[in-house]
Amino acid sequence: MKNYLSRQRYLMDFTLHSMLRRKVKNLVLFVVYFMVIFILASVMLFGQAVREEAAALLKNAPEATVQQIKMGRHDLVNKELIAPLNDIRGVKKAEGRLWGYYFDPVNQANYTLMVPSADDKQHQIKPGQSIIGPGVAANRELIRDKFLLLLPPVGPLMKLDVIDHLDPQSALVSADLVLLSEPDFRAFFRLPADVYTDIGLTIRNEREIATIVNKITSKFLGTRVVTRSDILRTYESIFTWREGLLLALLGASIFAFVIFVFDKASGLSAEERREIGILKAIGWETGDVLAMKFWEGGLISAGAFLLGLVLAYLHVFFFQAGLLEPVLTGWSVIYPDFHLAPHIDILQITTLAFFTVVPYTAATIVPIWRAAVTDPDSVMR
Amino acid sequence: MAALMVLAIAVLLHGFMSGDRGLSQRAKLVGQLGLTDLALFTEARYTRHPSQADLHSAFQDHPMSFDHFPTGSLIAAPLQNFNTRAASSTDEAKK
Repeated sequence: MKNYLSRQRYLMDFTLHSMLRRKVKNLVLFVVYFMVIFILASVMLFGQAVREEAAALLKNAPEATVQQIKMGRHDLVNKELIAPLNDIRGVKKAEGRLWGYYFDPVNQANYTLMVPSADDKQHQIKPGQSIIGPGVAANRELIRDKFLLLLPPVGPLMKLDVIDHLDPQSALVSADLVLLSEPDFRAFFRLPADVYTDIGLTIRNEREIATIVNKITSKFLGTRVVTRSDILRTYESIFTWREGLLLALLGASIFAFVIFVFDKASGLSAEERREIGILKAIGWETGDVLAMKFWEGGLISAGAFLLGLVLAYLHVFFFQAGLLEPVLTGWSVIYPDFHLAPHIDILQITTLAFFTVVPYTAATIVPIWRAAVTDPDSVMR
Repeated sequence: MAALMVLAIAVLLHGFMSGDRGLSQRAKLVGQLGLTDLALFTEARYTRHPSQADLHSAFQDHPMSFDHFPTGSLIAAPLQNFNTRAASSTDEAKK
């Protein structure tokens, strides 16, 4: 065993020196290789982490929200619907929710205006006050210290005291939020006192949700119920789709890389043939030559994989996936400054390793074997 | 090579051992405010709250208006959220 290990160590040592003789070729190959792995690993790590984050956060979303739909569009829900919803067996609480959108013409950004629930003791807001999300707070030009000025559709500017900021760590869910009191919300949007944006349901037993949804949709025509599992499924599909789309866009460059690698790995240069011939002539066996070249392929591909993986991890979890941000941002003015909690899926990393390291290493073996079994004299000629 | 392996192992360990980085706080806020969506794409209402959007919101302006936000072309419509009515109608038909 000891002999075997030291033999492999010498082979590796010899391979590294042999690779150093063809520095430029191997360096170019290594750089292209690790960059492809870096991009693939970044997309995979980011996709997985954001999916996990969305699932962990949104498991606290309301069990169900009831919307009113009219002519295919959202309509305001009447207060009268709350009492019959509260009477449905299994519904613990039905509560009207007030939230809406505001386009800020000065900043050219969209904010989500929301009234916190009466049960939320931590965010109690009096008329004339507001709590803003980290994305809104970042726009210092507009905020001017402690006041938030909102321009309603009709009427004079609304001036609100900013009494608190939401935790910057929560930017992923709260970047564009502006929390304000119910009277201010209704005055701002000129809403009558008997309507809500939608109704949030608290349901006692999660297994009863499907039955309750069926009861609501058949009893109250024109309503639509979005359950928590719908929300979770939406985000699962959004990120799978986006990750798939990004990988599809990368497909062309990955394909080009495959051709490049295959060309480099499967074709032997005259110098490499001569080297194999000399090694055979001085007594190396075919197995030794194969082992040496196996190490060469293995060192390049495993090295590129490890470096690509480490850099992708740093990129996603320490530099907030800055290179992927333009794809995610779209036309948003407010983009959350968020740090994802690291999440590593061993199966995903093993799959990436299998599809990057193994093909390259395997592709190098066949031409080497062909050259190694030929007579040294004819190989060197 | 050895250094790279050590780095990769360190990264894996960091991934498994690092805490939730405020995840529980964020989850608490979601519960308190009853939030339903991530604030990743704030340019339009159907990208800000894709789970709450109706199927027509991408084409909201007039009958021939196509969705013109880049995010709209990148995220799939939550079709599965529109099956509740169909499911209940089927159940009623069975009865």
